[in-house]
This record gives sequence, C-alpha cells and structure tokens, in this order.
Amino acid sequence: MGRYVVRRLLQMIPVFIGATLLIFLMVNVMGDPIAGLCGERQCDPATAARLEQEFGLDKPVWQQYVTYMGNVFTGDFGTAFNGQEVTELMGTAFPVTIRLTLIAIVFEIVIGVTLGVVTGLRRGRPVDTGVLLLTLVVISVPTFVTGLLLQLLLGVKWGWIRPSVSSEAPFDELILPGLVLASVSLAYVTRLTRTSIAENRRSDYVRTAVAKGLPRRRVVVRHLLRNSLIPVVTFIGADIGFLMGGAIVTERIFNIHGVGYQLYQGILRQNTQTVVGFVTVLVLVFLVANLVVDLLYAVLDPRIRYV
Amino acid sequence: MRITTHAGWAVCAMALALATAGCGGGGGGSGDSQAVLSASWGDPQNPLEPSNTNEVQGGKVLDMIFRGLKRYDPETGEAEDMLAEKIETSDSQNFTVTVKDGWTFSNGEKVTAQSFVDAWNYGASLRNNQRNAYFFGYIEGYDQVHPEEGEQTADTLSGLKVTGERTFTVKLTQKFSTFPDTLGYAAFAPLPRAFFDDHDAWVKKPVGNGPYLVESYTRGSQMSLRTWDDYPGDDKAQNGGVDLKVYTDNNTAYTDLLAGNLDLVDDVPAAQLKNVKNDLGDRYLNTPAGIIQTLAFPFYDEAWNTEDATKVRQGLSMAIDRAQITDTIFQKTRTPATDWTSPVLGEDGGFQDGLCGEFCEFKPDEAKKLIEEGGGLPGGKVTITFNADTGSHREWVNAVCNSINNALDNERACTANPVGTFADFRNQITDRKMTGPFRAGWQMDYPLIQNFLQPLYYTNASSNDGKWSNKQFDDLVNRANQETDTAKAVGLFQQAEEVVRDNMAAIPLWYQNGSAGWSERLSSVKLNPFSVPVYNEIKVS
Amino acid sequence: MSDRHDEPQAAIAGTSMGGAMDLGVDEAESLEKRPGPDGAGPEERPRSLWSDAWRDLRRNPVFIVSALVILFLVFISLWPSAITSGSPLKCDLSKAQEGSQPGHPFGFDGQGCDVYTRTVYGARTSVAVGVLATLGVAVLGSVLGALAGFFGGASDAILSRITDVFFAIPVVLGGLVLLSVITSNTVWPVIGFIVLLGWPQISRIARGAVITAKQNDYVQAARALGASNSRLLLRHIAPNAIAPVIVVATIALGTYIALEATLSYLGVGLKPPSVSWGIDISSASPYIRNAPHALLWPSGALAITVLAFIMLGDAVRDALDPKLR
Repeated sequence: MGRYVVRRLLQMIPVFIGATLLIFLMVNVMGDPIAGLCGERQCDPATAARLEQEFGLDKPVWQQYVTYMGNVFTGDFGTAFNGQEVTELMGTAFPVTIRLTLIAIVFEIVIGVTLGVVTGLRRGRPVDTGVLLLTLVVISVPTFVTGLLLQLLLGVKWGWIRPSVSSEAPFDELILPGLVLASVSLAYVTRLTRTSIAENRRSDYVRTAVAKGLPRRRVVVRHLLRNSLIPVVTFIGADIGFLMGGAIVTERIFNIHGVGYQLYQGILRQNTQTVVGFVTVLVLVFLVANLVVDLLYAVLDPRIRYV
Repeated sequence: MRITTHAGWAVCAMALALATAGCGGGGGGSGDSQAVLSASWGDPQNPLEPSNTNEVQGGKVLDMIFRGLKRYDPETGEAEDMLAEKIETSDSQNFTVTVKDGWTFSNGEKVTAQSFVDAWNYGASLRNNQRNAYFFGYIEGYDQVHPEEGEQTADTLSGLKVTGERTFTVKLTQKFSTFPDTLGYAAFAPLPRAFFDDHDAWVKKPVGNGPYLVESYTRGSQMSLRTWDDYPGDDKAQNGGVDLKVYTDNNTAYTDLLAGNLDLVDDVPAAQLKNVKNDLGDRYLNTPAGIIQTLAFPFYDEAWNTEDATKVRQGLSMAIDRAQITDTIFQKTRTPATDWTSPVLGEDGGFQDGLCGEFCEFKPDEAKKLIEEGGGLPGGKVTITFNADTGSHREWVNAVCNSINNALDNERACTANPVGTFADFRNQITDRKMTGPFRAGWQMDYPLIQNFLQPLYYTNASSNDGKWSNKQFDDLVNRANQETDTAKAVGLFQQAEEVVRDNMAAIPLWYQNGSAGWSERLSSVKLNPFSVPVYNEIKVS
Repeated sequence: MSDRHDEPQAAIAGTSMGGAMDLGVDEAESLEKRPGPDGAGPEERPRSLWSDAWRDLRRNPVFIVSALVILFLVFISLWPSAITSGSPLKCDLSKAQEGSQPGHPFGFDGQGCDVYTRTVYGARTSVAVGVLATLGVAVLGSVLGALAGFFGGASDAILSRITDVFFAIPVVLGGLVLLSVITSNTVWPVIGFIVLLGWPQISRIARGAVITAKQNDYVQAARALGASNSRLLLRHIAPNAIAPVIVVATIALGTYIALEATLSYLGVGLKPPSVSWGIDISSASPYIRNAPHALLWPSGALAITVLAFIMLGDAVRDALDPKLR
C-alpha cells in the first residue's frame, strides 16, 4: 500500500510538469497581452517595454516557464495585471468554488445514486423509462441553456431565489448554480449506478445473501450498493477536478466570483500568471483526486489489494 | 507548497470578513443621507492609480474618490473650476495654476500645489509604468522622464514648478489653448503623500479627496464606498454610500436589478432594451454620451490606400442602414452618426449635425454604384473585425454586414470576424494585421472636439489605428491647437473634420448613449457625458 | 492485480468531455469476464459477435428510432435545400424577433434571419463537427491506446503519462485559450481542438481493452505460432478491443456537438458565415425573454441530435454486451 502510494506520487511529477508546461505554452500562443492594457490606444513603446519586463514577458518562453515554476515552489504565483497577487485571488476564489463543487457533488451522490438504485432495482418499469429519458434530456441540453432558463424562471418570473450569487457566496445561494453545474454529471451518475446495480443484482453473493434470509434493506445497502459503487466513486472522484475547472459557464451565468470566473477573466486579459496559477492548482486537485479514488477502491472492494 | 495554501486561506478569511463587514451595513439606515445603494461594476483592469486607469470601470471609482483642478459638469460637460482657483496664461503655452484653499484628502493631508506636481511627475515617469503617461506628453521635459526608448534621464518634469504652497506653473512644449480644459481628466488628480509613502497599502485601499471614501475593497468582487462627512466641496454625496458589485455579464446585473438585489445598473444589455419600458417604467434613463462608434480602415494595406478606395469606403458607408440598426438592435440607445464627433460637445463645442452629408445616409443603389466605380470591394469581399468578449458588438457587426450584403445583393460580400479577446484585437491592430474595416470605438477623455479628432486621425497619433495620414488634416489641427480664440480653434477643427469626411478616413456609425436602470429606492439618477452615473447626486429612500 | 490498476483510469476517462464514459468501465469489465474462445477459431469470433449484435439491434426500437433520426440528419446535412428554399444568410432586420408566419414556420431571430432555414442549414456544421471530431478522436486515441496497451513497459508508461497530461487540462478552459487566437472561419480549428483534448479518453479505454484482449489464450497461441506484432495487433487483438471504443465514441459524438455550442456561447466557437446550432443558440440566448422561439428551435434540434447519438451508443453497447442477451 505504502509503496503503491509512493509510486503513484512519483508518477504525478512528470504529469504535473507536463500539464503546467502545456497550459503555459497554450497561454503563450495567445500572444502579447500588453496591447490590451492600454485601452483603445497603442501603448507607447517605452511603457510597453517596461510592462513586458515587469511581467517577465521579454524572456524566451522556456525561461519564463522555469522562472515561473521556480517561483511556484516557493509559494509565489506571480501578480495579475491589476497588481493583485495571484495567491490572493486564489484565496478568494477557491473557497467559493469549493463550496459550489461540494453542493454539486452532494446533489450527484444524493439524487444521482438514489435514482440509480431505484431504477436499477426496477429495470424496465415505467419509473425506469421515465428517469432514463429525463437523464438523456439533461445530457443533451447545453448547460448554459439550462442555466439561463432556470435563472429566468426561478429568479425573475417566480422570484423563488436570487438570480445571482452575492460576493460572500453562502451555501444557500449556491444551491441552484450547484444543481445546474451538477446536472450533466448527475445524469451520468444515475445511469452508472443503474447499470451497476442491475448487473450486480444477478451476482452470486447477492443471491447468497437473499438465500440466507437477510432483510432486503440490508442486502441492498450492505451488499448490493457497496459493490455497485466502485464505478460511481471513480466517476465522482474524477468529476471533482472537472467541476472545479469546468464551472466557467455556470459561474458566468450566476455571477459567482470563483475559479471559473477568475480563469475566464484571466483568459480574456491574457493574464498568463492567473491562468497558469489556477490551472496548476486544478491539475494538483485532479491528480490527488485520482489517487484517492484508486485508494477508495480497496476500501470498497476487499478483493483489491495494492502492492 | 503547503505554506502557500495556508497563506491563501488566511487571506481569504480576511477578505471574507471585510466583505461581510462592508455589506452588513447596507440598507440599515432609513434616513435619506445615510442609506447605501448598490450598483453594478466591472473589475478594473489596472491598479486604481489615477494615471493608470484608462477604462470606464476604474474611472467610476476615481470619479467618486477624487476631485481635480477642473470638473466636467455632469449635465453640460463643460469644464468648470473645482480645486483650481484660477489657471492663467498669456501665451497658451505657460500656465500658472492656483489651488483653492481649504481642501484636504480624506486622511487629513492638505491638498497643495505639491500634491498635483508630485502626482503628475509620478504619472509621467517611465519607471512607474503608468498607462496614461502620454497625457503629460505636452509638458516640457516629458522626453527626459519618459523617453521613447532607453533609460529616463530625469525623474521630474522640468516644465512643472511649485512656486508657492498653492501655486505652480506648467510649461508646455507647444501652444495648446484648451490645455486647462483637459485637466478634469482623472489622470490629472492630486495624490496624497500616503500614496508615495506606502504605495501597496494605498492601492489596496485608495485615499483621495472626493466625496466618497473607500471603506473596503475586495478585489474582483466588491468595493464599498461611504460618504466622507468632512468633504469640503459643494457636491457632497446625497446618500450614505455606494456598494459597487462586480458583474461578469451585464445581463446578470440586469436580472439582479429586476429581482431587487441591485439598485443601479449603468449598462443595460442590448438584448434587454426592448423590455426596459415594461420592467422599469420611468426608472430608466437614456442620455447622449461622448462615445462614437466608427469603422476604421487599414491604410497600411495597399488595397485601401488608393484614390478609388475612397469611393468604396463611401459606398460601404451608404450601404449601412444606421436608422434600422439603431432602432432594432439598440432600441434607440444609439443615434445614427452624421459627423465624427459627438452631440455632447454642443454646436459651440464643434458638433456639426449633418457634416457627413449623404455619405452617412442609407442609399443602397448609390452605394452599389459607388463601390463599382471604385473598382469593387478589394478581393470581392470585406470582413469586419471586432472583439467578441465584451459589449454587444457581435449583434451590430452582424447587422451591419447583413445591411451591406442586402444593399450589394451578395450574401457573402461582408462577413463578421470576431476576435476572442480584446488584447488579441489590439495586438492585431498594433501589428498592422488588419485587412479590412474593423471596430473603432472612441470614448472621449474630455469634452473637446480636439479629443475626437487628434488622437484618432493625426499622423501616428496613439489611437490612429488605421494609420491614416493626411498633411492637410495635420496642418489644420496644428493651427487649431495654437489658436487662442476658442471659436476660431473650433472652426479650424471642423475644417480638419471635413478633410476626414472627404477621404472617409473612417465610417461613422452612431453616437452611443449612456443607459441606466434603477430600483424604486433611488431617485435623481443622472449619467454624465462619460456615461458614468453621477453617484453623489443619487437620493436613496 | 495489474489489470485492476488500469480500470479506475479507464473509468476516469468519462469526465473530461462532460462525462459520457461511465460505460468504459462496464465494457472493460464485461470484456474481461467474457468466456474464452472455446471451440470457435479466432478468425470467426468477431464475425459472430458483430452478427449477434446486428441481429439484436435490428429488433431494438431505440436503435431504429435513433438510426432513423441520424439518417434524416445526414440527409439534410448533405441536401439542406431539399426541405428549404431560403438562404440562411438572407436576413432582414426589419423582421427581427418576429414569430411564426406563413412561409416562416419558426419565425425570425434577432437579426431577422429565418430560424427554420438556419436550423436546417445548421445541421451540416453541427453534424460535421460531431462526426469528424469523433473520427479524429477515435483514430488517434485508439492507435495510441492500443500501442501503449500492447507493448506495455516503458512505452506504456510514457504514453500513459502523456495521456494524463492532456487529461488534466480542463476542456472548456483549453478551448477558450486555444480557439481565441484562431482566425479561420472554417470548422477545422474546432474539430482539431476537440481531437487534441479528446483523444485521451478513447486512448485509456483502448489501452484497457487491448490489455484484456492480449491475455486471451488465442492471442498467446498466435504469438507462439510466430505471428508478427502487427499481425497480432491488427488481426487478433483489434477486433476484440474495438467494441468499447465504438460505444464510447458514439456517445462522445453527442457531447462534442453540445461542446461546440458551449464554445460558441463563450465566444470562441465557429465563426460567421458558418451557420451552426451553436452560433444560433448562443446569439439567441440573450433574447430568451423576447424571442424564445429563436432559442427553442436550434436548441431542440441540438438536443434531439445529441439524444439520437447517445441512444444509438446505448443500444450498441447493449447489443455488444453478451451478458444482457
């Protein structure tokens, strides 16, 4: 187990370096950000040169990358164009996005798994067909359409909720955005659980458990669900990274000042330091979540041992 | 790595605490002058230093926390003395400025002549990377503190001299009769010593001499401003303060206004204009602002720099149905342009209705004829380039293209070419990569006809994006700047504008209005000619 | 135990594009648990699997409906003028936002263009993006995944880490960055971008499937008989490993079409004069209160298309899974 974790951690290093380098190159392809700083005017050459120097843009790309990563390891993520430290931006953005992600994941687990279990146990019945169709519809409508529609209906027409999220972004205001963010994944979790449950229901250990005369509830929760959760956990684990980085659309619609918003602003202003900084953290989250999921495997399925 | 994470959390907790504290007070007081309103805002692009702010969002804040030598009247746009007791000159080149007595910054420091000179020197100095440094370009010694290349050889402008506690002199490199009228621009604001002594702290929480104080500032999400009770000016705030809230999407801000979460929106999205009457009734304002939208052309491209191309440009201009577009897309919040300035200048200021003549009227048949006479569109088609990240540019560019296509009876004559980011758009302009017309918006810095012409069409001027160059125009502008008689100067500028017209250096599209919508709590909402709400006059109930 | 390590990664594949790949897990597992080749020779196995599947599919109403929808889409993509007479670029601003009227059943959008005509013409671009991007992703992903799975060892380690690198980049973010600098107004940049960030998902699934197939007895037998690597991979392993790739690719196709719409909404998708549902949905979304019809029709068309492809993928998955027979 210990050796496995160490090996996985070592494997993370090249992936981490590769992913950050990739995003660094991508942002650099966008070109010179200085021109955008001077409004509808040409920056005067002297100021432009000074600005390039200040943000380290006058150096070759590889050197910029090495300097940047060197700084990152000492905790310095650089400065955004508005003079704010990127770590400060992260300090305000990540808590908001973490709350949003938490809500989304709770929705995925509670609604997704419940619907999945119900439909899995009643395969082929009207409930199953109905939920199946619903999940397909949710998957096929783009998030921004769902988001705008719900915002207009719940926020303005019926006045049930605030249409946007205040800057403190408390949990209750994030419920609708969380649901919108989770919607597609929610549909997948439902389908995944359903397939898994339906499959495991026919397995020997469930038949044995039923034959032993265990109460149905215990069979479902202790035996069936536990074993069916592996693919679901895998999916949700990997989804954490996706939800945190993929909230660009949701955060824009509901005016949430989280990671997605900062990334969007950073890209519009071609602010290398902000974009690379945030993506660096997201890559770390992604890698760690992957590892945790794999370790959870062993917990859920005693047959699996990591060596 | 671990250290960083912890530091991040600490900052966050602090920021949250600040934001909560800042917000807790909102809506508490019932008295008129105590009540706080909330207003939409955009994240300022640059640090909030006066000489570093060149866009409206940062400008809003500066307008609330600073007062300069001059102030533009919120209604007429006329430059009036604010902190200036008098600005005297005998030759339009050497000016003596006397600062009024009794003004202080909100931290108690006196506003003196030195406050201005220090601020201007700071703004001009290359070392400080100020985006608005070129505003000081007319002052003698600018070449030394801000050379085109190489190191600066002086720290202060030789043209600025403090001659007393409240007086200083300004020497310009050339005659510039309307120089005093430019001093209302935010870049010319005074700065307290606190700015220089602890710059980082100042940028986190700016201190100025305007009617509002910054109470708290969570960058990227909210700024809370409160009325400064000891403000010495006569334009004291009529409300308790303003909470500026950052919105990424102006549509969300409008939605929030409808839901009662926001009091003031100063940029109603084009798509919602049709609903405004229904949603807000008379709580909506639509007034002219000093903004004009034009289409510029790449004169560095051979195809556009010929005699015949003038006819093509004129033809394109006549193929655009301005009235239809401003009616349908903008619901009359734009007015079809008939010259290259803005109605906010007034007739005396140089605005001349109809200067463009028939070239700005929609005449599809003549448009087609003119373009054919000019040898047709270069390469058989045009693309209109614009940045797609802000505003409602996509809508109007598509509409302009459709109008041209319909007039020319060719569905593929004109195509819109969106550029993903503003920075990239500016890059393509700076690197001279444009091959066809592109969006050129101009928001005036100060309400002078000079500001609508010189920066945009003078040879190699900073916003002459199309690199148009015309000796006759340059000469007329030079003569106008040296003219001490205002009326005569305006006349010369108008002659220069006629040169722009005869060459169709840019196609004028429409004058942009400022629009604002507000909640039932507010009254006396006004927009100034820069389309910024006059916050200090808003009354909250 | 080494196979076990691979599965979580195969499943993680699901998330990057909005997540269709849950099926990767089931598929990998079901293939693994599939009984050995018994008496059937290796050459006949794939044929019987596919013909079994085909027999199943022909009787599956879900498959028939989705296949008909897709055939219809392909038809109007190739010959849009068969069911419309107008031009999608002919717009009259004076008719902006008007509702349904004779000759214009879906009404007009914010620019006064005919929504019906644009929806019909939009199919071509959207289907092209979906199909071509999926082809690219499938080819690139399965080649790299198969190589990694087949050769194992160092090449697997390197390829797998490269896969992880591309996987770790959030897709919408990558699109914003890469596509914002593209000036071309063809569909190729969008397709290229989807292939660039989409291949890891197929690659992982292909790798897992190849590893599973590699251990089958008949492959060992062929190897013992001296078959070359390329023959082993192409003749013996690929036919058995391709099923999960097809399943995931069909479902991913739907998500790619939706992704194009999201990119357009963020301002970096396809550019005019391209006509696509994504462009129309994003330009109609601000007008949702005044002209909901301009949003409804292209969104509906998009949803039906995505739905058809996902249902097709689902049906194929069921048909290829012997346990569900």
